[in-house]
Amino acid sequence: MSTSVPDQRGRYGRYGGKYVPETAMYALEELEQSLNEAMADEKFMTSYHEELKKYSGRPTPITHAENLSKRLGGAQIYLKREDLNHTGAHKLNNAIGQALLAVRMGKEKIVAETGAGQHGVAAATVAARFGLECKVFMGEEDIRRQELNVFRMKLLGAEVVPVSSGSKTLKDATNEAIRYWVANVEDTFYLIGSVVGPHPYPKMVRDFQRVIGDESREQMEALPDKVIACVGGGSNAMGMFYPFLKDDVCLIGVEAAGKGIHTGEHAATLSEGRLGVIHGSITYLLQNETGQIQEPHSISAGLDYPGIGPEHAYLNETGRVTYTGITDNEALHALKVLSEEEGIIPAIESAHALSEAIKQAPDMNENEVILVCLSGRGDKDVHTIMEHLGGDVNE
Amino acid sequence: MNKRFEKHVDGRNDLFIPFVVAGDPTEETTINLALMLQEEGANAIELGIPYSDPLADGPVIQRASLRALEHGMSLEKAMGLVKQMREKGLEIPVVIFTYYNLLLQLGEERFFALVRENDIDGLLVPDLPFEESEDWRESCNANETALISLVAPTTSDKRLQAISKEATGFLYCVSSLGVTGTRTDFHSSVFTFLDRVKEHSMIPVAVGFGVSAPEQVEKLKEHCDGVIVGSAIIRQVEEQVEVLKKEASQKEGIDQIRAYVRNLISPYGKVKIHS
Repeated sequence: MSTSVPDQRGRYGRYGGKYVPETAMYALEELEQSLNEAMADEKFMTSYHEELKKYSGRPTPITHAENLSKRLGGAQIYLKREDLNHTGAHKLNNAIGQALLAVRMGKEKIVAETGAGQHGVAAATVAARFGLECKVFMGEEDIRRQELNVFRMKLLGAEVVPVSSGSKTLKDATNEAIRYWVANVEDTFYLIGSVVGPHPYPKMVRDFQRVIGDESREQMEALPDKVIACVGGGSNAMGMFYPFLKDDVCLIGVEAAGKGIHTGEHAATLSEGRLGVIHGSITYLLQNETGQIQEPHSISAGLDYPGIGPEHAYLNETGRVTYTGITDNEALHALKVLSEEEGIIPAIESAHALSEAIKQAPDMNENEVILVCLSGRGDKDVHTIMEHLGGDVNE
Repeated sequence: MNKRFEKHVDGRNDLFIPFVVAGDPTEETTINLALMLQEEGANAIELGIPYSDPLADGPVIQRASLRALEHGMSLEKAMGLVKQMREKGLEIPVVIFTYYNLLLQLGEERFFALVRENDIDGLLVPDLPFEESEDWRESCNANETALISLVAPTTSDKRLQAISKEATGFLYCVSSLGVTGTRTDFHSSVFTFLDRVKEHSMIPVAVGFGVSAPEQVEKLKEHCDGVIVGSAIIRQVEEQVEVLKKEASQKEGIDQIRAYVRNLISPYGKVKIHS
């Protein structure tokens, strides 16, 4: 098992690459060069880690979910608490790294895409922190669904740009952010939110998220038997898995199976998608027979993406990581269980990973350990949860 | 070398290369537009394949793509339209303009079978940059199909050299950064850019992105060998969309667009063949 991906061309096996218009090539070359210089610069990395510590509150703790483990009667479940990061999710780790890079490159403006608004809020947050102008592209459909996050971004001083093209959701917001970036590359930095997009984005985001896995390895007394994380684009999972790739640890990525794989309404890219190109990268994606990209479905906006990071496609192919699916209802159930047992309301995204742990724990021994990446907190989802549980928590 | 390119494009310096979206708003419109454009002096046609996520395109072509997708246009169907164009007298080269994902799903073998079956001459994939295009370049060469390369003002000299060395058909110069769409004026640096490209290129050099007025065509004349016109024509189609959809009024709509095109490329003083 080699972990020396991506190669010079930004390839993870046959995945990844740079499938972008010629107009974007210069921007990517410039980014790649600056990124390599920054990553090799001790001062840059120190300021990144300082910022994580003093602004975002890292390291995030690991919590032993004792009540939950006892209730399941099997493996011990531990939670990596990314929900305790500033702004309530792992998203900020990456946003801080990229914003520092933007400043280093002399860019004055950042653009970002957002689906539900979590990455948009993270981008708006670092823009405020580092004195950058910030435009967040967001589909009109999502703006309607996520009023509160739109307001949060505005409060942080960002401009939210409604996207009315295509299906008016995350994939279209991403298209629009890339289009804008390419036209304004001179003073603008594109702050992508996940391990997707053309090279070097998937690598950069992984390297700014690996702090999740690096900290976890240090914090755990011994290597866990299994590590589980949810996967939309896949940034929290990639950040969590990457430092464990060479260890004897079972890694499990959980996709959103939505209303059930058989219904066609899901975001299970690896199990139901086909090889193709999305947002500049060769990977798996949900598409129709002729290659038009299809809209995914998940109750969690953060997993509602028709593609998946190219490195996940690669790790799936090599078999190093196992990918499974959890439905909307299973995730909601896990969310309720964790809330009741441990007093932690997880993001619905993270509840997918948790649900897989709940499935697997009873078949394991009491001295075995599952580490779950609790990528975010559920406050943002309370409205959705209420709608689905009909306001009656006890059903 | 492709014969139609040899006859209609090579060695010329007054190239008019229009772009139309296959199936916008109907298949019949696309066929008749292509024939009209040939009559008005087009040297080649770029046939755009509608895509759900056209990263290089501005709002005008995005909307055209949606119109065409509404009735199920696909790469394979669009290639079939070329056969009908040929049967009705289209002689100039046709370049398939498609995003890479559509091409990947159709597959290389099937694509070239359709190229042969339908007398297609070229391929342009806006999201397949030089570095990723080696395999397709080889198979295009083997199938006498021009693979149209793009260069932009930000393309480095090193890449420009490598790209123009391998380019076939014509070299597509992107006039400005960003997406397709009409612009009121070009940045003055576009002329230095074009002069730089002309120096490197062994094949005709044409400019696209934002060409929408005869004054622009006039200004560009001495710096390149032709213009590619996309959004400006699609905007005309959009304005006539209801007229074009109805069989009875379609000719009227096409003639409106004809008048627009004739004015736009008037600086080239092309001989018009009237049907």
